[in-house]
Amino acid sequence: MAIPIVYNLRSVKARWTSAIVAVIGIAGTVGVFVAMLSLARGFKATLVSSGSADNALIVRSGATSEMTSGFGLDSVKIIQDKPGIARGTGGPLVTPEAVLMAPIPMVSNGADANVQLRGVSPNVLEIRKQVNIVQGRMFKAGLSELVVGKNATNMYSGLKLGNTISLGSMRWEVVGVFDAGGSAFDSEVWADPNLITAAFTRPANSFQSVTVHLTSPQALSQLQDAISVDPRLNVDVMREVEYYAKQSTRMTLLIRTLGGFVAFIMAIGAVFGALNTMYSAVAERGREIATMRALGFGGPSVVLSFLIEALLISFIGGLVGCVAVLPINGLTTGAMNWQTFSHLAFAFEITPDLLVMGVIFALVMGALGGLPPAVRAAQLPVATALREL
Amino acid sequence: MKFRKLIFANLFRKKARLVLTIGSFAVALLLFTFLAVVKSAFSRGVEIAGADRLVVVNRVGLMVTMPVSYADKIRAIPGVKYVTHDHWFGGVYQDEKNFFPQFVIDPENHRKVYPEFQIPDDQWKNFVNDQQGAIAGARTAERFHWKIGDRIPLKAALWGGGSWEFNLDGIYKTENGAGDESQFWLQWKYFDENLPAVLKTTMKSTAGWYILKLNSPNDAVRVAKTIDDDFANSSYETKTETESAFAAGFAKQFGNIEFLIVTIGSVVFFTLLLVTGNTMAISVRERTSELAVLKAIGFTDRTILFLVLGESAVIALAGGVLGLTLAALAIPGVSMALTGMLPPLLLSKPLLGLGLVFAVFVGLVSGLLPGLSAMRMRVVNALRRV
Repeated sequence: MAIPIVYNLRSVKARWTSAIVAVIGIAGTVGVFVAMLSLARGFKATLVSSGSADNALIVRSGATSEMTSGFGLDSVKIIQDKPGIARGTGGPLVTPEAVLMAPIPMVSNGADANVQLRGVSPNVLEIRKQVNIVQGRMFKAGLSELVVGKNATNMYSGLKLGNTISLGSMRWEVVGVFDAGGSAFDSEVWADPNLITAAFTRPANSFQSVTVHLTSPQALSQLQDAISVDPRLNVDVMREVEYYAKQSTRMTLLIRTLGGFVAFIMAIGAVFGALNTMYSAVAERGREIATMRALGFGGPSVVLSFLIEALLISFIGGLVGCVAVLPINGLTTGAMNWQTFSHLAFAFEITPDLLVMGVIFALVMGALGGLPPAVRAAQLPVATALREL
Repeated sequence: MKFRKLIFANLFRKKARLVLTIGSFAVALLLFTFLAVVKSAFSRGVEIAGADRLVVVNRVGLMVTMPVSYADKIRAIPGVKYVTHDHWFGGVYQDEKNFFPQFVIDPENHRKVYPEFQIPDDQWKNFVNDQQGAIAGARTAERFHWKIGDRIPLKAALWGGGSWEFNLDGIYKTENGAGDESQFWLQWKYFDENLPAVLKTTMKSTAGWYILKLNSPNDAVRVAKTIDDDFANSSYETKTETESAFAAGFAKQFGNIEFLIVTIGSVVFFTLLLVTGNTMAISVRERTSELAVLKAIGFTDRTILFLVLGESAVIALAGGVLGLTLAALAIPGVSMALTGMLPPLLLSKPLLGLGLVFAVFVGLVSGLLPGLSAMRMRVVNALRRV
């Protein structure tokens, strides 16, 4: 026969101080667990959303990132005539890009951040469809004008619409702000590639990458085949999404390792807290338990009842932890992308599955902390316990 | 210590609780130590930076080089003792995830500017005489099981993508392993002569940045200004700052992550302590009647306080020692797992001492409240409760 759950609810209420301590312990652990995962996830999501499945990114063979890649205009001209590339109103949808970093002070602390500067072709908005100009206009080819991402304009000083800023050996006017849907491009500054290479004393007509819009996502292999058999080209072709997913691996791993270790230690602490709470609950209620046993409730019912109580406490702890970290959802923070050493804004991303994982984590802690005391409760000798005062 | 027996008898009255409370303390201390070493790893660059060193970079950005001939001009400025220059090589060893910093160095002056890197003289000599020579830090050598004499192939991702090979001629160390032992050095001359053709026009005879050692740290501001003024309006304008300012600038770019880890961790650390302190308070409260009996048979108020505090101090000390021992065991493993992402996590003696002081302090504070109330309680009332 099962002991009514009301009994557990009432006893948690009766001993609310020690229950609250256990709840706090579990809530803290779950909060950190969810926060760390959402940080890693946000970072990854920012980079992954930068790529789209129907775009391909081409870098020099063996390059680990755009930063370490480079080729000339001759390669670009060969690439743009390959099959599988979509065509727009003004010719093939190809953007050969010059990518480099420029130090621009952060608004938050005045230190220089390595801001990614990207020279793009005028038809880039047809290729990166998630990017929209939200203020001002697109830069004009041949003019020293910039368009800046919506995070860049807030995070780095001097990048407001209408400002003039010196980058490299030139002065540039900010003529537009674009929204790239929360992707890594939102932290970037875009301009005419020829002017960028000139301002940073790079050889003229040198590019770090070419991004092309494919006729369809399946056209990638066609393009890859055509490029790999061309002896004039020494480049790697990959789907844009895959490139950006790879860019996030190192940072994600760092956050996961650090966060995982911290959450693991804390989980041990929280289980100890739960064990302590439940053991003292059992000790305090020796007579109650013995009475129930005397009334005919079996050992398993007692175990179950105490386990339910522990799970109840940990469930509340898990919920409290999840609710406590919810406000950080969408909070934007800056970090360095360790693959390219460029600075990047990204937002914490708390998804429902993370919350579910957090609550499951809490229940596991509750079960670990509740089972041994529950077993002890069932093993109490009835006669001695009843004889106690 | 005539009360030792009494304190210990009380401690062991509930073994499960004793173990759990000591365990909670240990966990809290482990967390404290871990967060402290992670924090120090993030700011290591700033801590070990020499106060008498300046870094000169191209104003336009770290990725843009300067003519190597600037070295002589900088050397001529009064107050400058030695000048050396570096390039970032950024090669890939076997796989991208095997990251370690590689610098193209100028062997002539590097050692004078960085005396903290210790290399046996014969190894250094071999390196200088070997065009394809290289020197690795002890940590990197250990990570990849390199021995002196090994051939190290690197893919020069940043410099045309070609494969370069180097002979490992030496391994450098730093005092107590506290410095950066992950670097890999190769010779500027060899690098400069073997640049791929496409890069020759822009990169030949260049330096990525200069590091200079000053006669005295007091000259830093003046020398930095002189250099930047001298090169202003040239085609390569410079930005000169102290090594620590340079490192701090780098650290600030990922400072947010550090801030988050430390804030979240500290909140939880204090929560754990709260939980632990509460448990100790409960265990004293449960024994109110016993303490009253002790008082009734003539124990003084101060002795009662001493008994309670002694008990919590013993628990805190045991938990603290256990936690710090666990930290000492676990941190090298975590440090290995983070190789290539963070500088080594080092557990310093002052930190261990601080942890222990901290543990005992919290132990005493959490024992103080129940101890004081036990001391103040009136025997008659307490006994009546029984």
